[in-house]
Amino acid sequence: MMIFEAILLTIITAATPLLLAAIGEVVVERSGVLNLGVEGMMIMGAASGFAVAILTGSSLLGVMAGLFAGMAMSLLFAALVLGLAANQVASGLALTIFGLGLSGLVGFPFVGAKREAMAHLYLPYLSDLPFFGRVIFGQDPLVYIAFALVVAVALIISRTRAGLILRAVGENHHSAHALGHNVRQVRLLAILFGGACAGLAGAYLSLVYTPFWTPGMTAGRGWIALAIVVFASWRAGRAVIGAYIFGGVSILQLHAQGFGLGVPAQALAALPYLTTIIVLFALSRLPRGSSRAPACLGQPFLPAR
Amino acid sequence: MRLTLERRTQAGIWASLASPTLAVVLTLVFGALLFSLIGIPPLAALTVYFLSPLADLWALEELTVKAAPLILIALGLAPCYLSNNWNIGAEGQLVMGAVAGSAVAIATHGQGHGSYIVWLMLAAGVLGGAAYGLIPAVLKARFGVSEILTSLMLVYVADLLLDYLVRGPWRDPKGFNFPTSVSFGFEARLPGLSETGRLHPGFFLMLLAVALLAFMLARTLKGFEIRLVGEAPRAARFGGFDDKRLTLFVFALSGALAGLAGIIEVAGPIGNLQPTISPGYGFTAIIVAFLGRLNPFGILIAGFFLALTFIGGENAQIALRLPLDVTRVFQGLLLFFVLACDTLILYRLRVTREGAPA
Amino acid sequence: MTGVGTQDSGDQPLLAASAISKRYGSLLANDAIDLVIRPGEIHALLGENGAGKSTLVKILYGLIAPDSGQIMWRGAPLVLSGPAEARHHGIAMVFQHFSLFDTLSVVENVALALPPEPLAALSERVYRVSRDYGLDLEPGREVWRLSVGERQRIEIVRCLMQNPKLLILDEPTSVLSPTETSGLFRTLEAIRGEGRSVLYISHKLEEVRVLCRSATVLRHGRKVASCDPSRESAASLARMMVGEDIHDVQVKPHRGDGAERLGVRQLNRASPDPHGTSLADVSFSVRAGEIVGIAGVAGNGQDELFSALSGEVSSLPEAVCIDGQAVGAKGIVARREYGAAFIPEERLGHGAAPGFTLSENVLVSQHGKQGFVRRGVLDRSALRDCLAAIRQRFDVRAGEADPPARALSGGNLQKFIVGRDIMGAPRLVIVAQPTWGVDAGAAAFLRQSLVDLAEQGAAVLVISQDLDELFELSDRIAVLSRGRLSPALPRGQQTRESIGLMMGEAMREVAHAPHA
Repeated sequence: MMIFEAILLTIITAATPLLLAAIGEVVVERSGVLNLGVEGMMIMGAASGFAVAILTGSSLLGVMAGLFAGMAMSLLFAALVLGLAANQVASGLALTIFGLGLSGLVGFPFVGAKREAMAHLYLPYLSDLPFFGRVIFGQDPLVYIAFALVVAVALIISRTRAGLILRAVGENHHSAHALGHNVRQVRLLAILFGGACAGLAGAYLSLVYTPFWTPGMTAGRGWIALAIVVFASWRAGRAVIGAYIFGGVSILQLHAQGFGLGVPAQALAALPYLTTIIVLFALSRLPRGSSRAPACLGQPFLPAR
Repeated sequence: MRLTLERRTQAGIWASLASPTLAVVLTLVFGALLFSLIGIPPLAALTVYFLSPLADLWALEELTVKAAPLILIALGLAPCYLSNNWNIGAEGQLVMGAVAGSAVAIATHGQGHGSYIVWLMLAAGVLGGAAYGLIPAVLKARFGVSEILTSLMLVYVADLLLDYLVRGPWRDPKGFNFPTSVSFGFEARLPGLSETGRLHPGFFLMLLAVALLAFMLARTLKGFEIRLVGEAPRAARFGGFDDKRLTLFVFALSGALAGLAGIIEVAGPIGNLQPTISPGYGFTAIIVAFLGRLNPFGILIAGFFLALTFIGGENAQIALRLPLDVTRVFQGLLLFFVLACDTLILYRLRVTREGAPA
Repeated sequence: MTGVGTQDSGDQPLLAASAISKRYGSLLANDAIDLVIRPGEIHALLGENGAGKSTLVKILYGLIAPDSGQIMWRGAPLVLSGPAEARHHGIAMVFQHFSLFDTLSVVENVALALPPEPLAALSERVYRVSRDYGLDLEPGREVWRLSVGERQRIEIVRCLMQNPKLLILDEPTSVLSPTETSGLFRTLEAIRGEGRSVLYISHKLEEVRVLCRSATVLRHGRKVASCDPSRESAASLARMMVGEDIHDVQVKPHRGDGAERLGVRQLNRASPDPHGTSLADVSFSVRAGEIVGIAGVAGNGQDELFSALSGEVSSLPEAVCIDGQAVGAKGIVARREYGAAFIPEERLGHGAAPGFTLSENVLVSQHGKQGFVRRGVLDRSALRDCLAAIRQRFDVRAGEADPPARALSGGNLQKFIVGRDIMGAPRLVIVAQPTWGVDAGAAAFLRQSLVDLAEQGAAVLVISQDLDELFELSDRIAVLSRGRLSPALPRGQQTRESIGLMMGEAMREVAHAPHA
């Protein structure tokens, strides 16, 4: 039971950053924007979050710093794709390259620094329940925030007027514009939200998951988050399943490496990436139903005036 | 007052030259700002980055060594991006080209073969890169899987495979447990063409590739097809061109050139297989392709410029104790500005007054 | 117009626009246009394609800012920052290309145009309003399941729910069957009866004569006349619009006893797009020397039929035969080699690549022809020579020798595309919407080219939504609706009404179909 519980706890820790980043990207893509810069925003969140946490000694300030770093990065992206109608694929790549470099500079003085992982919230009594007590009621605050975000985003998208406008903008930006909705403003807000979520995900990595800073520590998680959005058919709720599958694979391969199964460690380490490809392939074999991407995804919008 | 963008009916030639130039200038200005922000004299830093690599013959040769793989890979990416195939996994295709080529070298090591081995290696490298590039292409063309994510995921897989090989089956038994393969024999190395031995035939292969790609894109039906599929996919289908087969073609071509770059690196400057054989050429080549406006001659110039940032970065690490990440920052900034300035080619910026004038 | 604002008389105009101008590059789309609309009238805005109607109404709706000119709204100056403000003042608009969201429901589509309101209450109101105006709609259905006519009803209901004083309709009947058109006219009369005004944009003269008592006529961006259409003849209105008499197309009767050139047998094609229309058991033939017309409202399978005939989408080998050869499984290049030529509906992006020069666009459909490509290498001078020949024979006017396709006007681009594909004297021509969005002069020229081709012995198939055009050109006419094709009957045996009925037949089927 102990080892099972330990594995479950680590899976949650591995899945949470993926979930945070994916939920942000769901909102971005629902607005019709493809931001491939998740990796870059995430790693800036990780570097800035860790740096500020070390300098101030406060995890909360670190998390906030990560969040704002992600937003600042996404603002750069927004300036390019919304302000100048630049190619979204290339702009996202630029954001990733830039973020990987800048995070190296920001984090440079903090390589090798150590601090305690963020404290967990233990709900009195509930977390002492047998079996799942600690798993459900003894997590760090960001795990709860991630789940709260999933519920909030799912409800907002399907039930509120704001969500209706978001869907409309992603589905047909010319019509939305003709009806008087401010397409670029909606998309700007969506991109900023996505940046905040990716920054938060990065801060989670450096403040909870490891907890230390090392260059390039996101190791493709931003890209996996993008795959999770496809897997989830652009629905917030399904992103949870995707994040936990990928989180599970990455933890189980670590444990498998520990057991020494006779399989090369590199083959196990490649599992999360191979899983991504296999899952995307399997999805393509399913009948196309509700899994359609927003119709305007990736298209630049220029109102004629 | 508001700024609006109006689409130009035709891009001026001046604009397609001015925009990359402006992007480079803006990158330098922002770079200078960045340096002064972290307390380093900006002019001195920029000198180290962009002028010192041009200072002497050795440095110039080094420039050709770094530029060759960047340009080779970017030449392959251009037809991909022109036809809306977003191959961002060239780094992985480079690695697999190097692995496939090295397999030849390692299998024939110490058996006294002639210098035809190195040509076999180049061929194997081309095939290895092309085969690896075809994986995301087949997934896209046959099953509609996004090539962006799969091509990138395969980079990590290729890196891990290389790591496994040099630490496992291909490790040099006499290598004091270092994770490298045997040092390739004379027959498996590209010959040095200068006194320092840095300039190698790969540079001339690259120039040949520039000429071939330029001819293909501008003068052949294949080049026309590539541009047409990107510009108007429905018109391409109306013309009877098969966009799925084209996806396979451009990915194979791009993988082949990246694989060639990989095996040239290993058989040329490096000399054996190591856990890391590229400082991110496959990703930087994306910037080269865009800075060169997806035009082979533009890519030739852009490749040299980005090679500068690699050498400048190494120099700055020694002279200014700056981390290599500064190079990446420069590269990211440059791509930002290239994309921003491209808007100036496609659109005309217009200042209009708010609302209707009376 | 000064002084109007201070008056408070009963006949104060609802809207008075004066000297509206808008320039796009070298094109003066609107040149000092005046327009006056009174309360409770249906006012026609007449003009050919490209006369500046769309630009003017987009200015009135705040989508485009004019370069100069003034709009008075109920006596006070009006400056619009955008459509939201226009709607706030009571100006609503139904676009030619609907601004609907396919994946959203009817009520969600309506909600997006209105101030926030609970969806349940709104559904109730949508239902009531649509019933009151005779616009049958179900609030809960997703838009992609609806016919074009039903989609237009959403647009109109959406506008009416904003309680507008002025409703602008841009070419509303271009997508409707005759039956649906008369339904729309009843609705518009009901709207006018409530004291609202309608600005009705059209180039269809008969409609305007029936519906409107006042009209403003535009030509080449200028206002050329205002009149009461009911007191004019169709011919006099046409002269105002066009400025000259367009010579009629010379059609010789009775053709079509030649050999079968195109044979289509039980063509079935499930649409890959869940929002598309599937073809069901389509069978017909076109003989050498005749023109066959296929009528139908947009979205009834025209695109699917065109791509199945052209070979952009393949079918069973025997389903499509050219000159007796089964070509259903062959691609478009092979079908061209059998002597077929294809001219798609959409010019920019389908028939031609917008950013490519005209000589490069020659290559798009002609690369299989001899002389343009040798061992994979292009012969650019041969392409330029071919372009020069097309430009001369088909009178393609453009500023430069070899401009990009997007720089051409609709009419000139269509002349280029038609010229490109019929220069080689094809034995079979399949053309969709040959004169859509083309000025009257070019349209007459293009129709004459098709007639001449048939006289020379080619088989011609015209897929069009324009009944006038089909009656002018075709020897036989069939109707495509819901992916099914009626038998092609000789023109003399059919009337607009009989064809309209066939279109309407399908509409009733839709209305009674079980709702999935």
